[in-house]
Amino acid sequence: MITTDICIIGAGPVGLFTVFEAGLLKMRCHLVDALPQVGGQLSEIYPQKPIYDIPGYPEVKAQELVDNLMKQIEPFNPTFTLGERVDHLTKQDDGSFVLTTSDKTKIHAQVIVIAGGLGCFEPRKPVLENLENFEGKGITYMVKDPEQFRDKKVILAGGGDSALDWTIFLADVAEKVTLVHRNETFRGAPDSAAKVFDLANNGKIDLILSSNLTKISGNGHLQSVTMKNKAKEEIVVDTDYLIPLFGLSPKLGPIADWGLNIDKNAIEVDTTDYSTNVERIYAVGDINTYENKLKLILCGFHEAALMCHSAFKYVYPDQKLSFKYTTVNGVNAF
Amino acid sequence: MVTFEVEDHDGNRQSIEAPDDMGLSLMEVLKASEYPVLATCGGMALCATCHVEVLDGQDGLGEATDIELDQLETLPELFPTSRLACQIRISEALEGAIFKLRGEEN
Repeated sequence: MITTDICIIGAGPVGLFTVFEAGLLKMRCHLVDALPQVGGQLSEIYPQKPIYDIPGYPEVKAQELVDNLMKQIEPFNPTFTLGERVDHLTKQDDGSFVLTTSDKTKIHAQVIVIAGGLGCFEPRKPVLENLENFEGKGITYMVKDPEQFRDKKVILAGGGDSALDWTIFLADVAEKVTLVHRNETFRGAPDSAAKVFDLANNGKIDLILSSNLTKISGNGHLQSVTMKNKAKEEIVVDTDYLIPLFGLSPKLGPIADWGLNIDKNAIEVDTTDYSTNVERIYAVGDINTYENKLKLILCGFHEAALMCHSAFKYVYPDQKLSFKYTTVNGVNAF
Repeated sequence: MVTFEVEDHDGNRQSIEAPDDMGLSLMEVLKASEYPVLATCGGMALCATCHVEVLDGQDGLGEATDIELDQLETLPELFPTSRLACQIRISEALEGAIFKLRGEEN
């Protein structure tokens, strides 16, 4: 069990800055994010895009801002659980919480801060009948452990960089790799596309182009995938695994089931301290909503500062909070 | 002002009137009209959550750029007239067009 003062759900820019504001008040933070890296949508979607409205930075690239935030919070030694989604909260008798992730990691925290942006980035799923029945039974949306596919038959679907890269990688691991793509050409990195065509020409992989997934079949576990080409001919391929790789899209996910007041997929908060209707749970950044809310990183930073001052009473119930400036006191690591 | 129609995920169609002299994108108008458009990336053609199918009026929209096509390519479901709403400018070319929401619902 991981023990911390504040558990921050979401390691985007606002979640990261929350660590800094909490650290100034001697509150330790653990961050959980469903993505395998920190930075939220800045790192996942537009790492090289410039941002122009961060105070003090006339222009800063999204990933550069994330890197700087990581440097800024370093003195406070935050800990991370990445690539896992918080699924459950259990309130303890003393008011604190135990959070359980999708991989069963448990975190005990006095306070929860939801800084989840637009929610968890989850894989986009193909429109196929019975898809859910085969999830975890042959259908997986990411390659966490390539060894899982050793000497197995694998079908990948998609035309982007992920599909190309994993096709190339798994060609040396799996017994048979088939890549299915709806077009004749790939829009992913040209080098990767060239490698995939080479592998196909050399008989290392099967390439099924101008085709769409239409059906999945199996008996308790995936056994075959049916595709249809532009001539409406059906192709059935036996397989152990299907890996659809169609990018990620944010979903609110389990947060919706935690008893929080939610309006249009955003958590309602009190603007005096960004607390939710559940005591000891706060929401900051793009995931919260209130009158005149602006979904800006700089607003999230402000929310994080106020929220931490409010959360102090739960972490240090016997202490009085004294406000201090970093210019006077510096940043005292712990 | 320009008038076009929007069909939501449930098939309900509604007429929308929007100014064509403010440099707005279709995505911005859809969000302002309270349609459930995620627009995760804010309009940079980097997330494909504002995916629309052009049911009528595609001729006046111009060609999709490479970056838009790259994003559309990532979608599990694509239609011959799929576009990203964030890349469609509100102009008189949209008069009478019909768009169907295809992106993930907010």
